[in-house]
Amino acid sequence: MGRFLIRRLLWLIPVMIVVAVITFVLMHAAPGGPFDKDPSQRQIDPTTQKQLNAQFGLDKEVWFDFPALMQGNIAGFFDTQFITYMVGGTVNGKWRCGFICGNMGPSFRQRGLMVQDIVLDPPEGKAPWDSKAGYSLRLGFIALIFATLIGIPMGVISALRQNTPVDYASLFIATSGVTVPNFVLGIFLIIIFAVGLKLVPVVPRSWDNPIVWILPAVVLGFGLLASTARLTRASMLEVMRQDYVRTARAKGLSQRMVVWRHMLKNALIPVVTVMGPAFAGLITGSFIIETMFGFPGWGRQFVLAIGQRDYSMIMATTLIFALIIQIANILVDLVYTFLDPRIKLS
Amino acid sequence: MATTAVAGHRPIDQAINTKPPQGLWVDAWSRLKKNKAAMFGLVLVIGFFALAIFGPMLAPHDPLKIYDGKSFLPPVWSPDFLNPTNKTGDPQFFLGTDSIGRDVLSRLIYGARVSLVVAIVPTIFITILGISLGLFAGYSGGTIDNLLMRFTDIVYSFPDLLFFVVVMFALRDSFLGDWANGLILLFGALAIVNWVGIARVVRGSTLSIKEKEFIEAAHSIGTSDQSIMQRHILPNILSPIIIITAFAVPRLIITEAVLGYLGLGLRPGTSSQEFFVTSWGSLLLEGQTAINAQPWMLLAPAIAVALVVMGFTFLGDGLRDALDPRMKGTG
Repeated sequence: MGRFLIRRLLWLIPVMIVVAVITFVLMHAAPGGPFDKDPSQRQIDPTTQKQLNAQFGLDKEVWFDFPALMQGNIAGFFDTQFITYMVGGTVNGKWRCGFICGNMGPSFRQRGLMVQDIVLDPPEGKAPWDSKAGYSLRLGFIALIFATLIGIPMGVISALRQNTPVDYASLFIATSGVTVPNFVLGIFLIIIFAVGLKLVPVVPRSWDNPIVWILPAVVLGFGLLASTARLTRASMLEVMRQDYVRTARAKGLSQRMVVWRHMLKNALIPVVTVMGPAFAGLITGSFIIETMFGFPGWGRQFVLAIGQRDYSMIMATTLIFALIIQIANILVDLVYTFLDPRIKLS
Repeated sequence: MATTAVAGHRPIDQAINTKPPQGLWVDAWSRLKKNKAAMFGLVLVIGFFALAIFGPMLAPHDPLKIYDGKSFLPPVWSPDFLNPTNKTGDPQFFLGTDSIGRDVLSRLIYGARVSLVVAIVPTIFITILGISLGLFAGYSGGTIDNLLMRFTDIVYSFPDLLFFVVVMFALRDSFLGDWANGLILLFGALAIVNWVGIARVVRGSTLSIKEKEFIEAAHSIGTSDQSIMQRHILPNILSPIIIITAFAVPRLIITEAVLGYLGLGLRPGTSSQEFFVTSWGSLLLEGQTAINAQPWMLLAPAIAVALVVMGFTFLGDGLRDALDPRMKGTG
């Protein structure tokens, strides 16, 4: 167990490095930098541009300087942007620790702000959960709760009443949830409830009103709701045929006891294991939904950053997302052994 | 009273004999035919193919022709609550017109071609790549197998949509992004991520097949490794390959639509002689900007994407049940 955990955590390092390298290379391969192409705003004059590039280290060598390293010029290797960003390096003559210290660098476009402040700090005078990360996490949690509280009972009831209209109705909902992509569902709901019936604004100005949270949370959680319901149903049907369930009934236990104590406990194991990656998906994969609803979370921040070529912001959000997904997968493996001692980690 | 059982006369033998022997494919097809959802999916998929291939014949208007003074027209039959501008529609535009007066239906039909190509070309590519690498890794094991699995780990930990967004953004304005309206770049990005899933499935199936006795028998009569892989293993792992391919297609279509919706999709062509006039992703983006004026501009491509994805998913589900009845109901 301990060894497994250590190995998985160590494996995180190369994965994160590869993710970082790919993002870095792709970002810099994009023509145009954060300071030279901005048709929507006034053009920056060349002197200022040069100065800004120097200030943010964009005038330096971008790629890994492998030839320099081969010749034993280690300083040359470490003087590249990537290393400076990830580990640390001298910026404006001062040593600064990099991403590994949680320092995600100054934002290229929101002047004077560090990326971690933009993503993690709430605006002036607001509670901590009003930060970009807080918004996304809250939306993810609401969607998860919505999906679980409806999906699991739906699956259980539809298994207990197999082949009745209740079962067919819930199967229909579940199947449509699995087949209709969530952004398409979002479009349908926005058009019906915001454009057509005008119950909520298309893009809410303020997110303080809980009603405007309903649509994005439903859209985000619906896919998970559907797959949870399907999985719970399949797994319940499997468990219902087991001998120990028959034994429990033969003992004269009430239906409630059999369902809660004997069936659910076992039927939910596979369901719980998909929850981890699903939750990671909910809080990281929501950038389309966030963009669609103008939701002030980090997913939308990521899309904006891409448009603005805010290199440090793109890098930081990608790495945070990748890390969340990795950790969720590790947690699932751990939870799996905890729930089902027959499974051995290797 | 015991009677001597003669082969062919016991009820069970008769039951077996009444059914003529069938090959895997005939058998699977007969099971698939009984599955209503799968048949519905098949109809949707065939309709989609027909729409894409015969698009120019079916489209009522030129998708790029601008009808002056006819912008933002709703469909004639649109319910009132989906007609915010209260304009009266023109019967010649079944789904209304867009912000500069082009026919939405014709644009939708032309857009189907991009989705079809995006669904088919990378699928062929990733299937070939996934099969060859997965087969090789599973069969020979060792370093190659290890490398494949590590690579898979990395690809799986990269949020895939994030990867597409970064790739499309980075390379869109480069020479790669200019080829064929950016189609080549899109293919490449989709292929890099998606071949891994197929390779993994093929590898897993190969691992379980290669321990079977008939492979051992083939070895013992001196069959070459290449021939074993091609003649003995590949035919036996075809069903999981077909199933995973059927599920890869809708994912590719969704990805194109999402990227288009975020403004990172293909560049629409400028003349109707070009093959790619528009795509469903671009239509979604145009529709999003006009959401308050003509909701059908957004609704129509959204419904189209939903139907096609539904068709492929139902078909995939049906194929899984038909080709491997043991897996029925596990999804």
